[in-house]
Amino acid sequence: MLRDRIRDAFGNNRIDFMKRQKVLVLYLADSALDAHVIAWAQYDGTAKAEHMAGDAEEPPYMSGLAALRDGWRLIQMTPMLPHAPGAEFTTAYLKYEFLFEQWVDVDG
Amino acid sequence: MAERVLLTSQQMASFVARGFLRFESIVPDDINQQFLDEVGRPPQPGESVRKAYAKLLSASGIPAVPAGTALSDSYPADSAITRLLNLPVVRGAIESLVGPDARFDHHFLHVTFPPEFYEARGLPNVSQHTHQDSTIDPRRAFDIQIMYYPHDVTREMGGTRFVPGTHLRVVSEAAVARYQNIRGQQHVVCPAGTLLVLHHGIWHGGGVNRSDRLRYMFKIRINPTVRQERLWDTSDLPNDHYEQRPIFLIKEAPDPTNVHTILTTPEPWFEADTGRLEYLNRIRMWRFLLGDKRFDADYWLTRIENEPVASTHA
Repeated sequence: MLRDRIRDAFGNNRIDFMKRQKVLVLYLADSALDAHVIAWAQYDGTAKAEHMAGDAEEPPYMSGLAALRDGWRLIQMTPMLPHAPGAEFTTAYLKYEFLFEQWVDVDG
Repeated sequence: MAERVLLTSQQMASFVARGFLRFESIVPDDINQQFLDEVGRPPQPGESVRKAYAKLLSASGIPAVPAGTALSDSYPADSAITRLLNLPVVRGAIESLVGPDARFDHHFLHVTFPPEFYEARGLPNVSQHTHQDSTIDPRRAFDIQIMYYPHDVTREMGGTRFVPGTHLRVVSEAAVARYQNIRGQQHVVCPAGTLLVLHHGIWHGGGVNRSDRLRYMFKIRINPTVRQERLWDTSDLPNDHYEQRPIFLIKEAPDPTNVHTILTTPEPWFEADTGRLEYLNRIRMWRFLLGDKRFDADYWLTRIENEPVASTHA
């Protein structure tokens, strides 16, 4: 099988086919990681949980820091950009997005 | 002229701040039943949702109406929707928000199907992504959307999800879909005959239906044909409406019914900094509706508009 041939080529320590990614997106009240959560989204690559719009009234964590302390790995946060002249008062998308991941073992 | 009950200043301010008004059980049962009769026989599980939808829409007694038709000419005189639109509170709300000669934009019968329709076809039964209707729309003028719930809606039936206070955000339709859950979101669980009157920009989505019956929601989008200035009952505006109040260091809790308070009340999802921009944008919208740039609430605009021209040098 292709999977076995790749394993032979790279070794089991290099590629682990028995892991799946979980993604957590937290929107915080300001740019600090310990600010409180105002919106959130979750996507579960293990398919053990099905998340969708409107499925919870309370966030999984109260802050970004709480997620870190529970083992989530921060992989991206929104950069802070200067305000475009003439659009200083326009509100649009949520500003403070923090993207986390976990890699979890799944049964092969 | 047909009887109508115009909105109060408090209701208008709440619409400006939160982007919606809710009228619980405002439509009588006989109109609700007439509407459901006009919709026709509900589809049965087993056929695809898409086909069931198409069949329902084509067989229903709800007319297809060209966009841009005068609202008053859009429905047969004895139809359930004409009777609904002529209810004094509904007529008054429409006239207060978009004026006396409003224009029909479009309508749609939203049907949320129960799980058995999806199970029969092996499809996932999920909620609709959060979105803003139409497309990116930075106008000051606004359309309204009436959402009509002709039967009881339970939490199990999903209900429409919407996020109060998001209507002034300039976003592009489903670009906000990534926000699965937002603090303060509401799910429309309501008795039959309930109406929501929404600003066109409010973020919303259909909830997943886990019950054993179809959920109907009929939506009508309505445009103004006149400038939206002082169309509501302004007789209740107080004499001190243009005066400033003490801010930050205050001695007593603000009156929650005061327009200034309504315009400066945050939503649970407000960011620390852009929450203040929401206040500015609400105040600007209130100025637009008043037709008067002198208005301010809690000094938010006065402070940043202060560019003195007087000089101390002769």
